[in-house]
Amino acid sequence: MEEDSRVEQTDPGKERLKCIIECLIFASDIPLTVERIKQVLEDLQPRHIRELVEELIEDYRTSPRGIYIREVAHGFQYCTRPEFAPLVQQLRKSKPYHLTQPTLETLAIIAYKQPVTKAEIEVVRGVDCTGVVKSLMDKKLVAIQGRKEVIGRPFLYGTTPKFLEVFGLETLASLPTIEEIKQLNDTAIPAAEEDTP
Amino acid sequence: MQYQVKLDIFEGPLDLLLYLIKKNEVDIYDIPIALITGQYLEYLDLMRELNLDVAGEFLVMASTLIKIKSQTLLPPIEGEGEGADEADPRAELMEHLLEYQRYKEAAHQLVTRELLEKDIFTRPQTDEPGENKGEEGVLIEASLFDLVDALRKVIERKDLPANFMGVAVEKITVRDKIIAILQQLKETQQIVFQSLFDPLVTKHEIIVAFLAVLELMRLRAIRVFQIQPYGEIRIVALANEVPLEDISS
Repeated sequence: MEEDSRVEQTDPGKERLKCIIECLIFASDIPLTVERIKQVLEDLQPRHIRELVEELIEDYRTSPRGIYIREVAHGFQYCTRPEFAPLVQQLRKSKPYHLTQPTLETLAIIAYKQPVTKAEIEVVRGVDCTGVVKSLMDKKLVAIQGRKEVIGRPFLYGTTPKFLEVFGLETLASLPTIEEIKQLNDTAIPAAEEDTP
Repeated sequence: MQYQVKLDIFEGPLDLLLYLIKKNEVDIYDIPIALITGQYLEYLDLMRELNLDVAGEFLVMASTLIKIKSQTLLPPIEGEGEGADEADPRAELMEHLLEYQRYKEAAHQLVTRELLEKDIFTRPQTDEPGENKGEEGVLIEASLFDLVDALRKVIERKDLPANFMGVAVEKITVRDKIIAILQQLKETQQIVFQSLFDPLVTKHEIIVAFLAVLELMRLRAIRVFQIQPYGEIRIVALANEVPLEDISS
């Protein structure tokens, strides 16, 4: 066991560490962070852990596999390749996240403006958002993150790690910036009628 | 009998405005306010004729449009500083529309990503507590005896008056209680069994709450477990839907 505690440059030791990390990612319920791996492999530097994970990701990427490791929500997670989604859906019989247009818009506003109050969301959308905010909370995509210190101390809403996971984002910074969206907008007015159920 | 329908296509007045701008192929930076206001009001009339529920926000926007329209009709006030650029009365509305449109586009960008449970699947996540809570070990399913025992303790502790049967109580139903428990679980993820009974004062309420827990167990909508044998009993929600209409009150 003692050789595990040393960071070895030799291949057998390294391969073993990769195997351990592979196990940890597999066994984790939520995207596994480097910090969490470090709690198990205490002697490894975060930088080194990251290198090993990246090699592991590359191993999966370059071999003919149905699953791969993706970096999402500040961590790493096993997932199925999108091309096989229809077949996995048959197995899972799961309902994909059904988000209506109003829900999605509200989610986008929260994602970009967080922490944000319901009143602030309503200013942007021009309609009452009580129902949609609640439905986003039920789906655990949005959570209360505190109160704004103004009259009435309204709740402040923000996105959850689940949001990052569902939309495959590594961090919030992975979202296109509002400036980039602006440019998209200037080139073409997006179709307002699509995606209506 | 009148039916009121909520039209989802135009969720709000801004959606309707963007739709009209797009339909008329006009420039959002230079909105022909008279044209758009006219069409907007026509739509409102139409919606009312169809007996659609026209939300108050639509009317507020209508008055905003009319105000902007009247402002554009007024001759510009001369002599107010050298800056000949009179503030465009449409500017505020335009900014608002642009901002809203940006978030619409942002929402569109979100759904075009590879989505979990649609394009990408991960191992099913178990909703069991334990992970992250520092509570290790196997969870022990609480048996009916554990529950009855816990209930007995609850009643003992309450020290209910002997004549409780005689008091007229407002009849809370098992169904109501089930809804309340599910709601509480949604908010807190986990409930300590005993705490369910803390706010209750009559035996009737306690029994109803207990029956609600049993019913939810039967429907596999909750899991009742202990961390240690004879330990505190806790309740967590399972993913199963509760057929509320099947539950007799």
